[in-house]
Amino acid sequence: MKLLISAQQPELEGLIDRRFGRSPWFILFDTDSDSWEAFKNPGVEKSGGAGVAAAQFAVDKGVNVVISGDFGPHASNAFHVAQIEMRLFTQDVLHVNQAVELFKQDKLPEFI
Amino acid sequence: MQIAVASGKGGTGKTTIATSLALSLASDFDVWYSDCDVEGPNGHLFLKPEITQKSEAVIKIPEIDPVRCSLCSKCVEVCQFHALAKIGKTILVFPQLCHGCGSCTWNCPEKAINEVPNPIGMLETGMTNTGMHFSQGVLTISEPMPTPIIRQLKRTIKPSENSIVILDAPPGASCSVVETLRGVDFALLVTEPTPFGLHDLKQMIGIVTEMRIPAGVIINRGGDTFSPLEDLCSDFHIPILMHIPFERRIAAGLAKGLTLIAINPDYSQKMQDIYRHISSILASNKG
Repeated sequence: MKLLISAQQPELEGLIDRRFGRSPWFILFDTDSDSWEAFKNPGVEKSGGAGVAAAQFAVDKGVNVVISGDFGPHASNAFHVAQIEMRLFTQDVLHVNQAVELFKQDKLPEFI
Repeated sequence: MQIAVASGKGGTGKTTIATSLALSLASDFDVWYSDCDVEGPNGHLFLKPEITQKSEAVIKIPEIDPVRCSLCSKCVEVCQFHALAKIGKTILVFPQLCHGCGSCTWNCPEKAINEVPNPIGMLETGMTNTGMHFSQGVLTISEPMPTPIIRQLKRTIKPSENSIVILDAPPGASCSVVETLRGVDFALLVTEPTPFGLHDLKQMIGIVTEMRIPAGVIINRGGDTFSPLEDLCSDFHIPILMHIPFERRIAAGLAKGLTLIAINPDYSQKMQDIYRHISSILASNKG
């Protein structure tokens, strides 16, 4: 299963970013192989439509779950249509690897 | 002649100046006042026009024909506003992000895109009882994009050669202000002697310089000299055309819906002087 997590740094141990469309980095984590890769968020430098650009990126990467602090109306609409699950960081999550662990334990709440 | 009244900072007195300037010139000229502050037009409170025509402001947004669409994604790629996304076997349209530029339609190899009107607000035109042309744009609440309505509003103005067009600009220093300023002959920048007024005037001067629009400054609610403002104007060779003092009488009158020239008729002559000053600046620029 492929997770996409919004992050401030291109590191698995780096800080998460609670914004989705405007987070500088995305960490793509594959739970089948426990491997990861960092990508620049293509939405971050856009003056508008950052959420859609970021969502399109997630869709194109074939992710199953996106994890962030919140999702705006445009991005969440796109994920609903794409049937990609949206999960939220809990307050105690600071680093990307923590979010991955909590996701594996099914402790991250769903975005509704 | 087209004059835009702009400010950067909100609440400095754009509408106070624009309405009084328009009224002061209306007896001698064919004047067209247009309220381009489409997110909160308030010039009508002072000019009390009779609105005789209302029309919808629309932008054309794409509608994808799913039968013709081959899901090639060309429309998604060319849309710089990210108003389109390809999700699985559908192209999603996000109307609130669409600027109505038509790039998607133009680039679609399958001719699968129709453009359908999406209303974003109203264009209202009429006359005041002083014989001045009046128009305003009213953006529908929750619609995020003021620029198309400002563009369409400006097209309703039909001046003749000797007409004077006065555009009451929105506050701020963003796209809607640039859209208002586009094509004007002169920018009248209203500011106040505070650090906020100074900061935002700097931004406005940056915009008019970039757009090569000659400008002049009115310092409203003045009192003691605030030298940074005057230094800024002299550094950029922008004339200060008028000082309006901070007076309770003016504030109280405006709060009742009176214009500056109704509160103090002396301003009628001062406004005419400003117009003459602007005319002479423009004439000397030409020469």
